[in-house]
Amino acid sequence: MEMNQEKHLDNSHSYGSYILVWLALMALTAVTVAVAGINLGGLTVATALIIASVKAYLVLTIFMHLKSEDKTFKVFVFVALIFLIVSFILLFSDYSFIVRN
Amino acid sequence: MSTQEQTVTHIHRDDIGARMGMWLFLFTELLLFGGMFILYSIYRYTYPDDFHLAAKDLNIIIGTFNTAILLTSSLTMALSIAAIQRGHKSLSVFLQFVTILLAFGFMINKYFEWTAKFSHGIYPGSDVLLAKPSGEIVFYGLYYVMTGLHGLHVIIGIVLIAIMMRFTSKGIIRSDSYVKLETAGLYWHLVDIIWIFLFPLFYLIT
Repeated sequence: MEMNQEKHLDNSHSYGSYILVWLALMALTAVTVAVAGINLGGLTVATALIIASVKAYLVLTIFMHLKSEDKTFKVFVFVALIFLIVSFILLFSDYSFIVRN
Repeated sequence: MSTQEQTVTHIHRDDIGARMGMWLFLFTELLLFGGMFILYSIYRYTYPDDFHLAAKDLNIIIGTFNTAILLTSSLTMALSIAAIQRGHKSLSVFLQFVTILLAFGFMINKYFEWTAKFSHGIYPGSDVLLAKPSGEIVFYGLYYVMTGLHGLHVIIGIVLIAIMMRFTSKGIIRSDSYVKLETAGLYWHLVDIIWIFLFPLFYLIT
């Protein structure tokens, strides 16, 4: 219990660091809207997804306390995301094969 | 051994387990929305031009504004947890209240956005929509289902945070016991993350 409590208190950042993350998220939103106006061809979707991923990473690590959380949590989230990506890759390789034939 | 002693002397409480439970639930949400994102990407790959045309009619300003609202509500939620950890009860309640207000703001914008679309005759199964090319029909189908399901999550979040507000003011959530608020926060941040991906994929297709 005592250890639990100590661990728990680690799950806290200062008010300032939350506000800093929020500012970064707002700035990234502005960037993604600004960049959407420029035609980057095939890179347009990639750029939007990379910016969204950076934003999601910030929310996961700081707002959702994953950074200070037990290692088990990090492994769980990592595995869940890997499986999501794997299903995307498998589906796309299958689909492009069907389309080609 | 020491944990054995502790369970005897203390009321059993497992904060790590509670948070882990919420994370496991969030993974099922990931499957729910992940499946729809897969559907979206396959259709976008199939109908790139129709998606481009249909997305042009979405209001980027409302979309951007709503993104800012939701990001800010995530901030106030995170801050409310930081406040209760430091024992600032009324500040925590206030920040939760602001979170709810922002969530309502998001839904009100959604309401105006959808009614504007409806008044142009664009809603699932409408004659105007069905006269459009199939790619655009699919785009709006996905738009309504995905943002609609996300909106439902926002409403559930509002209810959850309202309950947390009551718990905090009654002292059930306090500086040495706030895991309920933390798990509600985890849920709320996931709703934010889903929107972070929905926003560029629906509003910012060039």
